[in-house]
Amino acid sequence: MTFYTRHAIKDILENRFLNAVTIITIALSVLIISAFGLFFLNAQDMFNAWKKGVRIMVYLVPETSEAQRLDTHDRLRTIAGIRHIRFISKDDALNLMRERMRRQRSLLDNLRENPLPDAFEVTLLTDADAPEKIEFLAQRIEGLSSVAEVEYGQQWIERFAYFFNLFTLAGYGMGAMFFTATVFIAANTIRLMLYSRREEIHIMRLVGATDNFIRIPFYLEGLIQGFSGGLIGLLVLYGIFSALGSRFEQTLSVEMVTIRFFSVGICAAIVACGMATSLLGCVFSLKQFLKA
Amino acid sequence: MTSMTDKSALIRMFHVHKRYGAKQALVDATVDVAKNEFLFISGPSGAGKSTLLKLLYLAEPASEGQILVDGMNLSRIPRHRIPLLRRKFGIIFQDYKLISTRTVYENVALVLEARGKKRSLIEKKVKSMLRVVGMEDRLTAYPPSLSGGEQQRVAVARAVAGDPKIILADEPTGSLDDESAAIIFQLLNRFHSHGATVVVATHDKSLIKNASGRVLQIRQGRLEMPPDI
Ligand SMILES: Nc1ncnc2c1ncn2[C@@H]1O[C@H](COP(=O)(O)OP(=O)(O)OP(=O)(O)O)[C@@H](O)[C@H]1O
Ligand SMILES: [Mg+2]
Repeated sequence: MTFYTRHAIKDILENRFLNAVTIITIALSVLIISAFGLFFLNAQDMFNAWKKGVRIMVYLVPETSEAQRLDTHDRLRTIAGIRHIRFISKDDALNLMRERMRRQRSLLDNLRENPLPDAFEVTLLTDADAPEKIEFLAQRIEGLSSVAEVEYGQQWIERFAYFFNLFTLAGYGMGAMFFTATVFIAANTIRLMLYSRREEIHIMRLVGATDNFIRIPFYLEGLIQGFSGGLIGLLVLYGIFSALGSRFEQTLSVEMVTIRFFSVGICAAIVACGMATSLLGCVFSLKQFLKA
Repeated sequence: MTSMTDKSALIRMFHVHKRYGAKQALVDATVDVAKNEFLFISGPSGAGKSTLLKLLYLAEPASEGQILVDGMNLSRIPRHRIPLLRRKFGIIFQDYKLISTRTVYENVALVLEARGKKRSLIEKKVKSMLRVVGMEDRLTAYPPSLSGGEQQRVAVARAVAGDPKIILADEPTGSLDDESAAIIFQLLNRFHSHGATVVVATHDKSLIKNASGRVLQIRQGRLEMPPDI
């Protein structure tokens, strides 16, 4: 093994320019895709944190009797995905309003009759992740008797979910594109290297070298390229992240959300992906070349 | 010396033809080479000597006929076993075929590395072989910086380094002065006496005169049986 490694390293040093191009390409792909992933990861964090605070206001029809209200309460309790139910009577609601709108208090005081409905404030479980689920819950609640109206940040959630999905799709598409391009470039590097050394390879075969003997240094080269490229891409991303991350946090000023980097496991997976990419390139080129 | 039906033949060619496009390079060649034989293939330039050798290590496939080498039928040999066939041979190529981007040492070491030998053993063997051909002080030189004769000597060292069963030598003394040529032949004789089978292709008649061994004449792709058989 040391023999192959020595040869692979010697090869890389001899073809510095070609290898540098491949490593930079891999690094760039890793950087771009990972940056996307990082953004996605944090956006999802934020989305979840935000949803944690998602409440569904359930307004009851006027003149709902106590019994009906309790019945509705019980029914709400049987619905899965709900964390907490709080009853807000119309008087409580009015008091709350008075407190919030101190200046217009006189306006409210002049009301002859409380115009607000009784309501339940329903807090959702955090794992009620998908926006469709929120909508589904809302629809179910709306279907209960003596419920007049259900209100939640529907539009917001839908719009956000729409962009989120679009974003995911774009991410996958871009990832696939960069992956293909990187495999292609890695394959091309190895092919150029093979081509420049075809005489050497021919001689090696004539004196009894097996295909594997010829192949293994190239595979190792691919792995080293992928590893270096992946690591460099990730380090650059971390540099950018460290520089910009704290600033973002300040701007967002959402206390619940802290911006985070990938876990060590994901970092390892990203580097492994870099290695797999260039290895795949090697496999393609060698297959094509050694067949001849 | 060797009859056509000799069971101990290490190499058997049976009605072998080789065509390069329309060019008939070898016509109906039938020959046996016994174990531990020292065989010369002699003939003028373009007669087909190199072609005959190339068929043996499958640098070229035969167009027709059967070739057996140490029990391997070359027309049936699967691709992945070709390296095993080639490792039976130590080949001195007419054009040396040294790797120009590797040092003298690395060139000779290659055949041992390809056989999966240990590094310490490789070093010992390579150095001793290069000493025998008088190239031990050029270990780190690259082939293009060597003279033709020096390259040829490295090629010889590489051919014998792997302790091959069969040594194929294509004009092994073509670029050498008489003295160096004599050293190479001493070396070939030494391996022969250690049990190797040696096949030498050459157009140099003086070489043959001074050596003992069977001589096969080839002319325009046809083997001519010497009159004593
Ligand atoms: N790859 C090839 N394609 C076409 N013709 C070839 C090829 N190799 C050899 N030939 C032809 O086959 C004939 C035999 O060639 P070969 O190299 O075997 O001759 P040789 O006896 O080794 O000659 P020399 O003593 O000059 O080395 C020659 O006429 C040569 O031109
Ligand atoms: Mg020849």
